[in-house]
Amino acid sequence: MATDLHYSDALIAGILRRVRTIAMVGASPNWKRPSNFAMKYLQEKGFRVIPVNPRAAAAGALILGEKACASLEDVPGPVEMVDVFRASEAALEITREAIRLRAEKGFEVVWMQLGVRNDEAAAEAEAAGLTVIMNRCPKIEYGRLWGELGWGGFDSGVISSRWPRPAKGDGRAG
Amino acid sequence: MSEDETQTPASGPGPDWGFETRMIHAGAGPDPTSGARQTPIHQTSAYAFHDADHAASLFNLQTFGFIYSRLGNPTVATLEERIASLEGGRGATCAASGHAAQVLAFFPLIEAGERFAASTRLYGGSVTQFSRTFPKFDWHCDFVDTEDLAAVEAVLAQGAKALFVESLANPGGVVTDLEALAGLTRAAGALLIVDNTLATPWLCRPFEWGADLIVHSATKFLSGNGTVIGGAVVDSGRFDWSASGRFPGLSEPEPAYHGLKFSETFGDLAFTVHSHAVGLRDLGASMAPMNAFLTLLGTETLALRMERHCRNSLAVAEWLTEHPKVEWVSHAGLPTSPYRELAQKYLPNGAGAVFTFGVRGGYEAGVKVVERCELFSHLANIGDARSLIIHPASTTHRQLTDEQRAAAGAGPEVVRLSIGLETVDDLVRDLDRALAAA
Ligand SMILES: Cc1ncc(COP(=O)(O)O)c(C=O)c1O
Repeated sequence: MATDLHYSDALIAGILRRVRTIAMVGASPNWKRPSNFAMKYLQEKGFRVIPVNPRAAAAGALILGEKACASLEDVPGPVEMVDVFRASEAALEITREAIRLRAEKGFEVVWMQLGVRNDEAAAEAEAAGLTVIMNRCPKIEYGRLWGELGWGGFDSGVISSRWPRPAKGDGRAG
Repeated sequence: MSEDETQTPASGPGPDWGFETRMIHAGAGPDPTSGARQTPIHQTSAYAFHDADHAASLFNLQTFGFIYSRLGNPTVATLEERIASLEGGRGATCAASGHAAQVLAFFPLIEAGERFAASTRLYGGSVTQFSRTFPKFDWHCDFVDTEDLAAVEAVLAQGAKALFVESLANPGGVVTDLEALAGLTRAAGALLIVDNTLATPWLCRPFEWGADLIVHSATKFLSGNGTVIGGAVVDSGRFDWSASGRFPGLSEPEPAYHGLKFSETFGDLAFTVHSHAVGLRDLGASMAPMNAFLTLLGTETLALRMERHCRNSLAVAEWLTEHPKVEWVSHAGLPTSPYRELAQKYLPNGAGAVFTFGVRGGYEAGVKVVERCELFSHLANIGDARSLIIHPASTTHRQLTDEQRAAAGAGPEVVRLSIGLETVDDLVRDLDRALAAA
């Protein structure tokens, strides 16, 4: 990887607060796959996640109760975030599609999963006014910022003496 | 997306929080339900599920949460996050003891019939664990003089999958060249595992020098009052298990979890998820919540205590060098120590509080000094607020052979001190009286 990516907690938390619907490109119908794990978790946290998976769409499959779409084009808007659960090489094409459909679908964020990074795609998306996060998992970030990651013994980097801790969607200043 | 800084939750500068702040706050906000500011002792065996689907998600590792305290407990998890934060690691897994943490560290790494290497300069109990008990699991340890880098390279070339060292070695005075060893393990595709018990993260942070895993006996300075037996293994999150292919336990399908691959599913969380979900699940050496609580209290004052431990210990060591009945003093903070330079590099805040000295008169004299102390406690522990004294050759290192004892710095004339937080003049007076009688 070229340089380390740094995103402030404020930026990530702002995204996860604001986003309601996520198009997950590469969501798998196989419940043992990491994308399925992440999708299920995000659903539990109140996000609507629309799977984009051409093979599943061709079979007319539901993934965790949501109808699979063949492409971003087919995703019913409004969708604020595109989550790229594909190899780094595939991210450029997906990002260009997201840029093209930006106004129509309401995309605001292109988020590339942990292990996925495409600097060219990021530069194009940012130039088009999209917010880009790379090499992070929204499930892990959600857990980290809202106190669940530490349950597994992980360092969340979060320190706060406030109580109650502001929740997602809670408009209270943090 | 516009970013309104005033609307953000739960979070300040993150990794930029200072060590002393993290010592007190990492992992521990007010309790979400009661607002209790000190971490509650979650004295419970098990946790209620919301419904069948929630239970399934937890058992499948699809969501974060608690099932059963053998696998995880909120008080213990708070300590895990605290230790991970202090070490600059990704995650930590607490265990019932330092020795249990060592088993947990190797468990995902070493398959039956495989080898790892360890320094000859180790706590005697670790030498015994690796050389006597691990072979029963068909895990095999090659002991190597880690000051001989060619020998380390050779043992790694013969297939050792990890190298285990102590940053500041028990019984004391020896500092390990972590950066040099990390270069060798990295080149060999092996892991560097550092026991950071004697140094604590206040004195030394092995991940900054390239270590992959850190183990602790929390029994010592982390808890600091001689109250608990406990341990932890901390993962740096930097070893790429999938790319390596040498660690199938983490990169290949795990049958007990429907064939999920830990490294693929959990990325840099893989080791710590595995240590809980497989390691603690099957080995069962989990830390009790009360012990986690006491260790959390200890970590809150870690830096303060270590400063005083180090200051007292250097003063006692300096005094001993002048004593006619003392042959030598092995303390890495002394100007005469061969480890002085390494100590300045790896332990800039102080060279620790556990060290050894040689009494003129050998074994008999060593035993006598120990028995004549009034203030120093004669017992087999270190890292207590109380000063402690022991004669390793007749106790902690008793199971070793003469050669192993010599290599470990625990010969017949050796006395080990763990300097506490008492008035330093009282410590000196006590030793003076005991030496006079020896
Ligand atoms: C350096 C070191 N590592 C590990 C241990 C083992 O820890 P425990 O006694 O908590 O199992 C000890 C205990 O003396 C120690 O000194």
